[in-house]
Amino acid sequence: MNWRGTFTLFVKEVRRFYSVILQTVGAPVVTALLYMVVFGQVLQGQEIQGVPSSAFLVPGLMMMSIIQNSFANTSSSITQSKVMGNLVFLLMTPLSAFEIYLAYIAASLLRATLVAIVLYSVTAFFVDVPIVNPLLVLVMLLLSGGTLAVLGMIAGIVASKFDHLAAFQNFFIMPLSFLSGVFYSIHSLPEFWQQASHFNPVFYMIDGFRQGFFGVGDTNPTVSVVVAALVFGAVSTICITMLSRGYKIRG
Amino acid sequence: MYRAKPYNARPYPYPAGLMTDTAISIQNVDKRYASTHALNNVSFDIQRGEYFGLLGPNGAGKSTLISIIAGLTHATSGSVAVLGHDVRADFRAARRALGVVPQELVYDPFFPVREMLRIQAGYFGCGREVWPWVDELLERLDLTDKATQSMRALSGGMKRRVLIAQALVHKPDVVILDEPTAGVDVELRRTLWQFTRELNDDGHTIVLTTHYLEEAEELCDRIAILNHGSLDVLEDKRALLDRHPYRFLSLQLSGNGGALPAEIEALVEDRHEDTLELKLEQGKHFIADVLEGIRDAGYRIQDVKTREPHLEDIFMELTSDAHHNAVSGASA
Repeated sequence: MNWRGTFTLFVKEVRRFYSVILQTVGAPVVTALLYMVVFGQVLQGQEIQGVPSSAFLVPGLMMMSIIQNSFANTSSSITQSKVMGNLVFLLMTPLSAFEIYLAYIAASLLRATLVAIVLYSVTAFFVDVPIVNPLLVLVMLLLSGGTLAVLGMIAGIVASKFDHLAAFQNFFIMPLSFLSGVFYSIHSLPEFWQQASHFNPVFYMIDGFRQGFFGVGDTNPTVSVVVAALVFGAVSTICITMLSRGYKIRG
Repeated sequence: MYRAKPYNARPYPYPAGLMTDTAISIQNVDKRYASTHALNNVSFDIQRGEYFGLLGPNGAGKSTLISIIAGLTHATSGSVAVLGHDVRADFRAARRALGVVPQELVYDPFFPVREMLRIQAGYFGCGREVWPWVDELLERLDLTDKATQSMRALSGGMKRRVLIAQALVHKPDVVILDEPTAGVDVELRRTLWQFTRELNDDGHTIVLTTHYLEEAEELCDRIAILNHGSLDVLEDKRALLDRHPYRFLSLQLSGNGGALPAEIEALVEDRHEDTLELKLEQGKHFIADVLEGIRDAGYRIQDVKTREPHLEDIFMELTSDAHHNAVSGASA
């Protein structure tokens, strides 16, 4: 294991997003706060699963930011390196597929965690959101952010231009995250969509994460952890296989 | 301090089997893309300490071969080893032994030059202990005053120097330069030549691809010529030049002579204004006969020059389609 090389790549990736931190951490927090203001007003006075709606929104918005930012970090970094041509400098190094995977995912998770922490801290001024089970919150954050970071890597490897990435983000990631209970409990949905939601892995990510805060949710948190872990394992296997075969990156 | 390993004086302190005198071993390498056959069963070895020239016209497969050696592309079949380490099975050791200067001026716009070099060294597992070496590279490549600038702000020639430094941060034994002097002004080209010579003197194996044949002629010990994906020539430079026993005769003529005799006309390579260039095969065409024939045709010979063939002439001859067809026809 080339730990120093892996750590160098991790630090480089962190510095890459840190150098544009307003765009990579500031902007997502502002977006999430705007959602909160608007939906908070609309849902004012209502309770969801026995939780005031304004508090209920917070973990959902946090998870949505985690999902979008961990995806954006890996996918934009890899696509940019491919488009600029500087990916060769990484591909010529003695870093293995797993080491490259590890460094990218870790940097992406750090960005997602930062966004989540800042968002939580800012909303703490307006609403009181308890954390009943910190371990569950942490595990769901790592598994969910990790899964989306891996999907971002896969998308970055497959995409040959930024347009492909935008398509993946807008037609796949956004619908899955919006339709998974960020703003609502799936019990408020018609029967068919309640059933359909159980096939959406993002539903488990958000529900498990939210249960870490409130201790109540739509499904058993153990199921959420298992589903998130299985999905993470599956996409990771695909990603590491692609990297080690050099799919699309080693002509 | 940077280690120096004089090639000829090198002792053999290594256990047998662990060390090799072959810098790069290329065995039956074949590379097919959907529509092209980029490399066709190419095999040759590059020895440690050599200054090796890899030549060929555009599209001959040079860059594909370099990509395979660097691990940027996988061969369809065949194998490549760097210092005895297979580039796929033992990729870590192979890549640590190798530094590649890519042909395109690619860079990461996020980091200034010195940072970029330190990061690149880090990928190879090198930490602060190589920072003095990074500074030495900056110094030797005249980049010290650009160390804190972004690559974006540098001229093409400066970017090229950074790419060379980047290939050397981990002190590789074998250095491949893919057309390092393309689009570079004469002064920088001379500086780069000097720098690569010093690397070679320090014990590095240098592999150079270039379009400037005078460059290969000046620098390389041994030359391989790839053409249409196949290895056409692999020879010592001197032997290659000597193998072509002809020379050029340049004549400046005056007077209104008639047509030249057919046997002299057949030797004419080039003709402009009052100057004729003829290609004479040694032992077959004699200068005295040619001069006599031209005088008999009614011309006055004002001036005579001869020159030995350059690599360029040999290259043109070897890579012309007529030659290639003859070679592949003969081997079919």
